Amino acid sequence: MAVPAVRRAPIRDGMSPPAKPPMKPPRLSFFRQTFTVAWKDLRSELRTKEALNASFAFALVILLLFSIAFEPTEDETRQISGGLLWLVFAFAGALILNRSFARELANDCLDALIAAPMSGAALFLGKTLANFVLLSAVEFVCLPVFGVLYNVRWTQQFWPLAGVIALGTWGLTVVGTVFSALTVNLRLRELMLPMLVYPILIPCLLAAMQLTAPLVMGEPLTAELAQWIRLLVVFDVIFSALALALIESVMVR
Amino acid sequence: MRDKTILVLSWFTALLLAGNLAIILLVLPDEASQGPIFRIIFFHVPVAWTAFVCFFAAMISSIAYLAGKNLKYDSFAAAATEVGLAFGAANLLTGMIWGRIIWGIWWTWDARLTSMLVGWIIYAGYVMLRRAIEEPTERARMSAVVSILAFADVPIIFFSIKWWRTQHPQPVVYGGGFMAPGYWYMLFLNWIPILLLAVVLLLIRMRQEQTGREIDALRREVHAF
Repeated sequence: MAVPAVRRAPIRDGMSPPAKPPMKPPRLSFFRQTFTVAWKDLRSELRTKEALNASFAFALVILLLFSIAFEPTEDETRQISGGLLWLVFAFAGALILNRSFARELANDCLDALIAAPMSGAALFLGKTLANFVLLSAVEFVCLPVFGVLYNVRWTQQFWPLAGVIALGTWGLTVVGTVFSALTVNLRLRELMLPMLVYPILIPCLLAAMQLTAPLVMGEPLTAELAQWIRLLVVFDVIFSALALALIESVMVR
Repeated sequence: MRDKTILVLSWFTALLLAGNLAIILLVLPDEASQGPIFRIIFFHVPVAWTAFVCFFAAMISSIAYLAGKNLKYDSFAAAATEVGLAFGAANLLTGMIWGRIIWGIWWTWDARLTSMLVGWIIYAGYVMLRRAIEEPTERARMSAVVSILAFADVPIIFFSIKWWRTQHPQPVVYGGGFMAPGYWYMLFLNWIPILLLAVVLLLIRMRQEQTGREIDALRREVHAF
């Protein structure tokens, strides 16, 4: 089952005579590889919609359950909205992330992907990008539902809110995709992924919750909230860098 | 050779601990505002430092494993993390006992308590992950990656939770240089045997890991026939 990664030697331009046409197609650039993987993931997800449907249905159920469990008044909604939304996003995200690498297990697609002539980082970044797009889609469908169920006019600070959600979701997906790759061969995959990911995500979720609560209620960002934006950015940068540096050790066996 | 080292170190640690305990219990006077319970700090703080040192050592060892793929470093990282977890638990428990007497409550979502708990849970996940992977080299690779990610998260968690808690009214403020210099001296004096205890546990745990791997290899050999 273990297939060593095959690396194609780079085509040397100008050194070799052009008489022979290259046998293999030229290597795609890093970003082309990334987008190819991301596009492949998105297309296969859009055809089956299995993770997307599950994730969205699960998010809806949780939104409904929270509303029944707490019956929040307007003031209470103001207080809990950030935490509530990010818990929903984190739960919905776990379903998408679980499928991200598990989808490739059938027909040994994962081994083929790892053996493909591209770096592990490109594969990882492509998958992260696809997860980011999918989770963002779920989130932006959840927000209007949240607005209706909880009587909140959440669009008043739309762009700052979208920015915060993008930063938080990137942190969630970048850490989550590493762990998705890490847990893909485990029997208890569905259990281990959230158990490992959520504690590590605490700073990211905490910052996103602090920022989302006022923004959803239509209050502008204040100067004292700026530290949370900084924290989100720092978290995203550190973990993106670490993930790219470590992903080769996770995937190539 | 290693057995002897462990034995000698254990005795030395026990003697040092006993000597320190005598000083802590019999010689040092009660602290003015807290009474006798303050003595728990001579264990509470050094075990936290020790846990931190263990997790740091585990991260360095994990990097060394990824760089050289020597399973010895993996054993060391696993042993250090488990010993760190034990000392982290000791830190949380002694803190809770102290809190029950001074604050009247077992637990509060204070910055340091929360950070320690979150860190502890992350490393508990590391141990669970190791249990879930059977193939030794795969287990070593995966857990090394988790160890590095976990340690990178520790300072971020600490600051985020500190900011989070300071935004709320704080019922209790703990720390802030209230200790007399003699107490600081005792704190460091007691850190020595506690650190040595960690080393002893680490050596024992590492030997278990290596023996486990040898048994595993033998079992595979038997199955191959």
